Amino acid sequence: MQISFTLNGRPTTVDVEPATLVADLLREQLNLTGTHIGCDTSQCGACVVHLDGIPVKSCTLLAPALDGATLLTIEGLQGAPGSNRMHPMQEAFREHHGLQCGFCTPGMLMTAVALATEKPDLTEADVRHGLEGNICRCTGYQNIVISVISGAAAMNAAKGE
Amino acid sequence: MGEVIGIGAAPKRKEDQRFLTGRGNYVSDIKRPGMTAGVFVRSPHGHAVLRGIDKSAALASSGVIAVLTGDDVKADGLGSLPCGWGITDAKGVPMKEPPFPMLAQDKVRFVGDMVAFVIAETPEQANAGAELLKVDYEVLPSVVGVLEAVRPGAPQLFDDVPNNICCDWELGDKAAVEAAFKKAAHVAKLSLVNNRLIGNPMEPRAAIAEYEPGTDRYTLWTTSQFPHVVRFLMGALVLNIPQHKLRVVAPDVGGGFGVKQFHYGEEAVITWAAKRVRRPVKWVASRSEGYVSDRHGRDHVTEAELALDENGKFLAFRVNTLANMGGYLSTFGPNIPTNLYGPLLGGVYTTPAIYCNVKVVFTNTVPVDAYRGAGRPEATFVLERMVDVAASEMGIDRVEIRRRNMIPKEAYPYQTPVLVQYDSGDPMGCLDGALVAADVKNFGVRKAASASKGKFRGLGYSTYVEACGLAPSRFAGRLGARGGLYESATVRVHPTGQVTVMIGTHNHGQGHETTFAQIVSEKLGVAFENVDIVFGDTDRVQFGMGTYGSRSLVVGGAALSKATDKVIVKGKKIAAHLLEAAEADIQFEAGKFSVAGTDRIKTFEEIAGAAYVPHNYPLEVLEPGLEEQAYYDPVNFTYPGGCHIAEVEVDPETGTVTLVNYTAVDDVGTVINPMIVEGQLHGGIVQGVGQALFENAVYDEGSGQLLSGSLMDYCMPRADHLPMMQVSTHSTLCTHTPMGVKGCGEVGTIGSPAAVINAVVDALSHLGVTHVDMPATPNRIWRLLQNASLPVAAE
Repeated sequence: MQISFTLNGRPTTVDVEPATLVADLLREQLNLTGTHIGCDTSQCGACVVHLDGIPVKSCTLLAPALDGATLLTIEGLQGAPGSNRMHPMQEAFREHHGLQCGFCTPGMLMTAVALATEKPDLTEADVRHGLEGNICRCTGYQNIVISVISGAAAMNAAKGE
Repeated sequence: MGEVIGIGAAPKRKEDQRFLTGRGNYVSDIKRPGMTAGVFVRSPHGHAVLRGIDKSAALASSGVIAVLTGDDVKADGLGSLPCGWGITDAKGVPMKEPPFPMLAQDKVRFVGDMVAFVIAETPEQANAGAELLKVDYEVLPSVVGVLEAVRPGAPQLFDDVPNNICCDWELGDKAAVEAAFKKAAHVAKLSLVNNRLIGNPMEPRAAIAEYEPGTDRYTLWTTSQFPHVVRFLMGALVLNIPQHKLRVVAPDVGGGFGVKQFHYGEEAVITWAAKRVRRPVKWVASRSEGYVSDRHGRDHVTEAELALDENGKFLAFRVNTLANMGGYLSTFGPNIPTNLYGPLLGGVYTTPAIYCNVKVVFTNTVPVDAYRGAGRPEATFVLERMVDVAASEMGIDRVEIRRRNMIPKEAYPYQTPVLVQYDSGDPMGCLDGALVAADVKNFGVRKAASASKGKFRGLGYSTYVEACGLAPSRFAGRLGARGGLYESATVRVHPTGQVTVMIGTHNHGQGHETTFAQIVSEKLGVAFENVDIVFGDTDRVQFGMGTYGSRSLVVGGAALSKATDKVIVKGKKIAAHLLEAAEADIQFEAGKFSVAGTDRIKTFEEIAGAAYVPHNYPLEVLEPGLEEQAYYDPVNFTYPGGCHIAEVEVDPETGTVTLVNYTAVDDVGTVINPMIVEGQLHGGIVQGVGQALFENAVYDEGSGQLLSGSLMDYCMPRADHLPMMQVSTHSTLCTHTPMGVKGCGEVGTIGSPAAVINAVVDALSHLGVTHVDMPATPNRIWRLLQNASLPVAAE
């Protein structure tokens, strides 16, 4: 079947098998391999993307659900196409060493951006609770939590400008 | 122009840009033209005779290209998966080493053992084909626990391995220990289990193989921590592919923790298959598949006894352990519960006599091998629990008994009775630092506050040491290593003065691209941004043993340091020629070559340029070019360690243990990048906390089914399980590594389980609880409290 949606700001039309998972569509058909698959039980959160602004696990979403929707993946988080500038949340993760092997990072960032959008004045407890659906094996979460709080503050500041 | 960023600075990581923007290059991201998809058919039984495989329906399935089985492996005369260590028992008898075929032959020995490989045009078609494969099993009873496996009458995995015992290994002076026990004023005893763990790097394992008939060359992309070792083991010992015809690439790898430092059958099957089907083949494990095929870790059952004099001085330590090897010997398998365990039983104490017996046992479970810490967390857990038990029984404060037995700073180098000699350390300094940082003196106030809420608060210590920087080859060879454990680095200076380093370690989260660049930046005086680190490709990197055992900086960094020194030596020769001075008069400092006592100077860039434009070169004494290589083999292990203090709160209503504070003061030697070191400590600690409180790989006895076979059943630490940890370093310098570094990758995982469990026991000690096995789950604690006939909590 044919579906049309907005992908990282661009109108996109693709032919898909109806049973295709969004994570597979992105990775295999659209060559957007920044969205990762870390498990098969919707536990790890490496595949989180934003569907109409809501963070969802793309490994548990069928491609037809995208028709008419707006999808944002890690590749689209950077801002304007061609821009080398990172999103404040990406900058915060770099600044506070919020990543090691990088595999969970795209999902962490997408969840973090959604958390910060929903509640600009995030507390440590908010962040820890909000990241429950994202597993990281490398960092012990400490620097991720610090990054998210700092990134949220930076997003807030940018909004105020 | 960028600046020099050297040792001790904390620049942001070079590798972050690609990971933050979704531009990493992991194996599963790679596509090759004409690529096919492969799926492994795995045994659903723990133990069974493989009576036959009927391929016909699978082969007839849409899109299926080939089905390969153990018979095909046999027909092609391929080898079995090699074990990298050969240990011996007390009489010098070698371990039992049954073959580990890459696809099962005759029998399957664990759930997940591979029986066939189905190749099709798409993953869906390969899966559909795999469903149609008819495998005839004669199911046998499984044995999964070590205690059960050594009992008379237990199911036997191999006809020629009686009682499933691979090796009855020992270390230490048994007679001296027995004599000391006779003199003891007190003997403390402890039985414990070190729970089986699954490493769970977030990136599942994956591989792609390709064969080029035009050049007769193979390329394997694999999620590996040591591509050169895979090339050697697989090429030379399994598939008979000449080394120069085999390229192994481990690109970005999403975490390893040991799980990816073995040569896996999947790698061999897929490489062999790529030639058979003459097309690239790709396999990506699902998480569930990883659970039944990634090598597991730990799984010990131990009886320990500590002999003490009347003042609480340790006289002797005796440890008897049964260690689970799983169904076959994995790459490092038998080395982990023996050589990486026994030698650490001295800890930071002056115990004069130690004896350790380890029975290494086969069971119908996934092969067990190294997992972050590997042997050393097990040793630390036994010892640090034992110390607490002894302190409690003798009525001595837990900190005091540690002080009475600790090796004083001035006693280093310190020879232990179990092979290893610690070169440097200051355990007392780490303990003192941690006591202050953890605010132990006000613990009573916090405990009272918890009590007022009906909660039990406990404090736990772990003062520990580990051995890493694997490994001095001479030492390892004596212990049974079948290879060397050195490292290599090449420093290539380009004509424009930028530098590319080719190094044999592998970066999969540790920040090598940053740390190693800092070393080069400082030593050569070149800008940090002008140094790139290349790793993970046998065609680009000369050789290497990879990354594990906290060895990358210790051994790889030393090779890099040596190679960099050689660049300076060569640079001085070039400078001497250009400045018309004697080589002995050339000095090199801060990126400038100068003639001593003059203002005649050549910059590093000028020397680099001249190296490649050798007009007027004295070619008989000076070669063009500026590129140097070094191999480094350490003279000793390094011995990081420290003091960890955990503080927990137990809710008696639910049995839930909450980690409320965690403090670590670690001695990791010279710190190159403090930001990265802290990150390593955080991650390491949480993996140990995971073992102590959450993680457990559980098998069903009899059927051999893995009950904790997904992320829904195997509890991984999550962000809301943890407090903010307080980590810092109290370093003494390693005396034998070039930069004084000791390594920091595993300390957290080694020190933390004992600290956490000691805290849990402390919280419950008023109820008569003396030991809690890991993981201290709510269920386990709640049951313990019911049995302890808990007094009704204050309302």
